[in-house]
Amino acid sequence: MNPLRKQRLYVVLSIFLGTAIAVLLVFQGLSKSINLFYSPSEILKAQIEAGTEIRVGGMVKKGSVYRETNSLKLSFEITDFEEDLVIEYEGILPDLFSEEAGVVLKGTINSKGVFVAHEVLAKHDENYMPPEVAKTLKQKK
Amino acid sequence: MGSPPFFFKWASRLLPWFSPISFSILIIGLIWGVGFAPSDYKQGDVYRIIFVHVPSAILGQSIYLMMAIFGSICLIWRAKLAGMFLRSAAPLGASFTLIALISGAVWGKPTWGTWWVWDARLTSTLILFFLYVGIIGLYSSIDNKQKGDRAASLISVVGVIIVPIIKKSVDWWQTLHQPSTFSITSSPSMTSDMYFPLLICVIGFYFIFVSLLCNRLRVEILTRERNTTWVKEYLNNKV
Repeated sequence: MNPLRKQRLYVVLSIFLGTAIAVLLVFQGLSKSINLFYSPSEILKAQIEAGTEIRVGGMVKKGSVYRETNSLKLSFEITDFEEDLVIEYEGILPDLFSEEAGVVLKGTINSKGVFVAHEVLAKHDENYMPPEVAKTLKQKK
Repeated sequence: MGSPPFFFKWASRLLPWFSPISFSILIIGLIWGVGFAPSDYKQGDVYRIIFVHVPSAILGQSIYLMMAIFGSICLIWRAKLAGMFLRSAAPLGASFTLIALISGAVWGKPTWGTWWVWDARLTSTLILFFLYVGIIGLYSSIDNKQKGDRAASLISVVGVIIVPIIKKSVDWWQTLHQPSTFSITSSPSMTSDMYFPLLICVIGFYFIFVSLLCNRLRVEILTRERNTTWVKEYLNNKV
């Protein structure tokens, strides 16, 4: 390779490495804030002030969903397998909301330590399968 | 290979049968996926958006990677064809990324319950789209072709770090977007009767990209080399 091209190669490589390192450092510094949601144990540890709006995510605990008969109000517990958090919500749930499935909630913690959500998003996992396969998998369990 | 006239002749000979093949692969993949693949146990039929969403997202990222490689070649060797590649590929990459963003939003509403959320995966993909738009804008604002090529090459090299960030965002941070179902390195987390049509769709999207790109490159070559003797000879023979 002739010297001029070699020099240009080094310039291009240093531009690439420079931006890569800068961007990675930025993301390293921001990594906590880039997370979309906190886990229940992080929230309980952090003693978040009542009324601060946050997002929390976890798995809906089996058998914890309780619906009121005459309204859209419901309560359930989410867990990250360390701590549980009681959630209250009034409104329509996404189709994929179910027990033992992931959810991401937006809302505030009240003085009793209950999380009052005003937005419920269902988290989908990366597994796709036909209904028959899902059925046999469940029977095997 | 690197000379525009050689590439032009080669592409002109290849395209008449390559384009129909690409379209057939894509159509077969889409019909198989949308019409015949089984529905999902949890999402029902909504999941079929995956047959458009995943291939276009893969293309959006890999086109940027290609542009960074050709951008480096353009900066180091001043290869003319590399610059033309950048100019022809940028609008295609932007379109694929936009398709991925829109189809993802359409899928997100019924499954997650929202069109958009500012999580790491979605935000970094939006940044990728803006990078493409920036490159296209740069090209149209610089009249000198060589200078435009170099400026666009520089952006593509600087911005390429976004591609691994998009790829790894779902593993590094907590996001609403699920980890990838489809990857070359590990076995897919879906059954084979869903996986094969998806694989064909991805191959079809790549083929479509190559044939669209070759078409755009031919136009680009003719426009830029319009004052050379070989283009004049070619056009005279055509008429």
